[in-house]
Amino acid sequence: MKLLYFAWLKQKTGIGEEDITLPEDVTTLGALVDWLKTRGPGYGEALADLSVVRFAVNQDFARLDHPLTDADEVALFPPVTGG
Amino acid sequence: MIRVQNEDFDIGAEMTALSGNGDVGALASFVGLVRGQEGDENIGAMTLEHYPGMTEKKLAEVEAEARNRWPLNDCLIIHRYGRLKPGERIVMVITASSHRQAALEACAFLIDWLKTSAPFWKLEERGDSKEWVEARAADDQAAEKWATKK
Repeated sequence: MKLLYFAWLKQKTGIGEEDITLPEDVTTLGALVDWLKTRGPGYGEALADLSVVRFAVNQDFARLDHPLTDADEVALFPPVTGG
Repeated sequence: MIRVQNEDFDIGAEMTALSGNGDVGALASFVGLVRGQEGDENIGAMTLEHYPGMTEKKLAEVEAEARNRWPLNDCLIIHRYGRLKPGERIVMVITASSHRQAALEACAFLIDWLKTSAPFWKLEERGDSKEWVEARAADDQAAEKWATKK
């Protein structure tokens, strides 16, 4: 699975993009977030307050109950501020 | 039409390009610029980051929705990314229609919707510090008013 991080989530995790193998028991976006938090303090800090984090699965906005497979592209980022 | 680019654009040339051949009676436009001040703080510059791929996808969806709701002859969204200084252009929306109401409404809709659905993030340089701009509830409200309105 391809994971992308933008804006301050990229700074806090220290990663812009990574390829991971989705653990078998991780089948939703929410479960992925819980799993990511265990991967290090940067992830824990970035994902401490999910009210300021937005998610996309395959380049569409998604909520935490969205199902996942290892072929998906998941992005994590703050609420958008373009325009 | 959607363009996501680092380089600047020419407002007049873009407006002229959408003027049609006698079939367009109204052009409406919005241009967003980098402000040099936020409250009483000076902004040295801002850097726009985006999500290549999703940005184009979301802007295309917003354009398709506008064309679905209003009778538009043409429509253009240009959004820049990268480091921009105060006074520089960030975004331009142009709508072309037979009459002004459709052009004006669609233009307002496009800028309101793209602000809340296109994956861009602004990093402001304030003095020696850099801060990510926070999303504003007012922007969400501006977009939401189009959810039910024509």
